[in-house]
Amino acid sequence: MGKLIDENGIRLDGRRWDELRPIKIEIGVIKNADGSAYIEFGKNKIIAAVYGPREAHPKHLALPDKAIVRCRYHMAPFSTEERKSPQPSRREIEISLVLRRAMESVIFLEEYPRSIIDVFVEVLQSDGGSRCASITAVSAALADSGISMKDLIVGCAVGKIDGQIVLDLNDLEDKEGEGDMPVAYMPNLDKIVLLQFDGIFSEEEFKKAIDLAILGNKKVYEILKKALIEKYFGTVDEK
Amino acid sequence: MSIKKSPIIENLRKMQMIELLSKEKRLDGRSLTDFRPITIKVGVIQKSNGSAEVSIGNTKVVAGVKIETGTPFPDTPNQGLLVVNAEFLPFSSALIEPGPPDEDAIEVSRVVDRGIRESQMIDLNALVIEPGKLVYCVFVDISILNMDGNIFDAAFLSAVSALLTTTFEKKIVKGDGEIEFQKCKLPTRCIPISVTSIIIGDNILIDPNEEEESVQDSRLTLTFNDEGNLCAGQKGGSMGISREQLFKIVELSKAKAEELRSFVKKVIENAQI
Repeated sequence: MGKLIDENGIRLDGRRWDELRPIKIEIGVIKNADGSAYIEFGKNKIIAAVYGPREAHPKHLALPDKAIVRCRYHMAPFSTEERKSPQPSRREIEISLVLRRAMESVIFLEEYPRSIIDVFVEVLQSDGGSRCASITAVSAALADSGISMKDLIVGCAVGKIDGQIVLDLNDLEDKEGEGDMPVAYMPNLDKIVLLQFDGIFSEEEFKKAIDLAILGNKKVYEILKKALIEKYFGTVDEK
Repeated sequence: MSIKKSPIIENLRKMQMIELLSKEKRLDGRSLTDFRPITIKVGVIQKSNGSAEVSIGNTKVVAGVKIETGTPFPDTPNQGLLVVNAEFLPFSSALIEPGPPDEDAIEVSRVVDRGIRESQMIDLNALVIEPGKLVYCVFVDISILNMDGNIFDAAFLSAVSALLTTTFEKKIVKGDGEIEFQKCKLPTRCIPISVTSIIIGDNILIDPNEEEESVQDSRLTLTFNDEGNLCAGQKGGSMGISREQLFKIVELSKAKAEELRSFVKKVIENAQI
């Protein structure tokens, strides 16, 4: 295993342990959708778009007291080093599921009975932490669509590389490192809405990782908030 | 993009459950951290290389291991393969329909896979016949027979118990080029254990049954290795977990995993392989 952190505590891409990769968020990139967002999170390039709330189809899916959320997370065949088959993999189906759960925890579903909210996520280029970048884009797209939400959701992974807990793993660190822990978080309600991890963490390391993830998520939140404010209250010439 | 209807629980029963929870009791009389009775039977499928049938209360699962030879992945030429698959059999609940694995089945298989893989339970390096060309593939197939909550732990226990009792015919090439087959045990290093809890309001319940799962706010499955370190985890459910609840669950689950591990050890020691 190669050394991922040098003696000065600098990671291979020049970051320190608590630094995020550059993030860029753009709101309203898909004109036909009811809400959409584009995020660049390191080398991740992801579009999320929302259709709905709209009439549930097929109808038997509809619930009498609340909306249902449907999510498709998909990676473009050219998004990875080696071509990815366009068929949904088990990984993509699982990520669709965890993203949907995170959304269900933030949307006021009971405001939209009998309807469906469709959320589509397309990863155009993937880097480490694509599900965290995706949930951030999704929450931006949901906000853009005007759907009532309890909070925003932001996502950011932590991990263990060279025995050290660090923020926001890139692709290489994810592959070569000892552990990866994607975390999505509602910053105002202070609740974790997505948590997965693999790799060995002691109880202490686990706690440290969670705290670091929350810290990182708060930074992502500032960037997301800024993007939303710029979109709706920003300078006129941008529109 | 499947969306499954969840079981419906009567409001009265739900209210009763929540009232009992405030006294730290459960409808089936357990304390909040008790598991239901667990039984593990190993070697139930003679045609498999290893198998185990596990019940946790009314939840029943059977896992079978098959070992075959195949080509390794190009990026891991010196490692055998591990493939985990789970299926909800159509008779396991009135809410299940036949068909290819849906997102819930895929989640179970991936959570079990990560727990086994990340704990490095199986010594995959010892499963190479010819580097880059031929390795042993360990297929773990989990069939869910009856659903009454906590499928994750039942599936995990069955997979681990089956692997711990797995034997296979190993191909050995002698000095003079003669090939001999030798029966040997699957090389394992540890006994990973998963513990699933749910949160209802402020209460943490370990080993939820289906009724409890139907009113859960969120769910957490944590996998521990022999040293008590975490090696995989997955949150479920559609509500957030606070940092404090999360740390509390880690603490409770860690102790529970120890108990379960000694139980599994006892079962395996008593089994004749």
